[in-house]
Amino acid sequence: MKSEIRDVNDVRIIELSGKITIGTGDVKMRELVDSSLEEGQKKILIDLAGVSAIDSSGIGEMVACYTTVTKRGGQLKLLRLSPKINDILHVTQLITVFDVLDSVQEGLAALE
Amino acid sequence: MPADEPVHAHLALSSRFENIEIAERALVDLCDHVGFSGDDGYWLVTALREATANAIRHGNRQDPDRTVLIDYRINNNEVTIRVEDEGEGFDLDSVPDPTDPGYLLRPSGRGIFYMRQFMSRVEFSRSPGGGTVVEMTRRLEPETRSSKDEK
Repeated sequence: MKSEIRDVNDVRIIELSGKITIGTGDVKMRELVDSSLEEGQKKILIDLAGVSAIDSSGIGEMVACYTTVTKRGGQLKLLRLSPKINDILHVTQLITVFDVLDSVQEGLAALE
Repeated sequence: MPADEPVHAHLALSSRFENIEIAERALVDLCDHVGFSGDDGYWLVTALREATANAIRHGNRQDPDRTVLIDYRINNNEVTIRVEDEGEGFDLDSVPDPTDPGYLLRPSGRGIFYMRQFMSRVEFSRSPGGGTVVEMTRRLEPETRSSKDEK
């Protein structure tokens, strides 16, 4: 998995690409979110446009990230899911947990 | 080789997460060989990764000296994958439904759920040595299969 980070005002955007899977991507994603919180960034958008696959470990870490951010008074939202990642969020019913937005602009507006 | 001829392959992997990529590569190559493509291949890979990850993590407890055996069979429009570990087995009834509201925010426990969602049939049993065997089959949509000549 590859990642790029950028900040727009007080919003941290974490762009992920590749696979979020056991032993590699899942841990990396958690580290990126944890380091954002340590830097005081509590409004986080995870952009999944470049993510080709996410396994149950990746989904689990995403849930853990969501829980951690929320407990610290922050917000975590997901951007630009591929159709298959969207399918996975539906079958796991996590679509009822995460806010999912179709563009960076929508994500930024939702965190204003 | 004719596309309708059964295909059978076997892998023995040490229990390292990076070996999941080898298991995936083998399945992709086999599906490509017989002309399966599209969504079926994606969901087959997803289920295979879960079964292999469970065997490595929960079955063999990431002990690289323990082996995960993977058997692939492609016959007509069915792909069957069998994954066996060298662990101590587990109680299937103790695994909660991860879509239950009380478990929805748990960070783990979705692997078997993934397999059941993306495969037509999933069955668990114990190997003679006591490890877990998962055998799962996906029946493929006829339109996802093309002959090699058409590709």
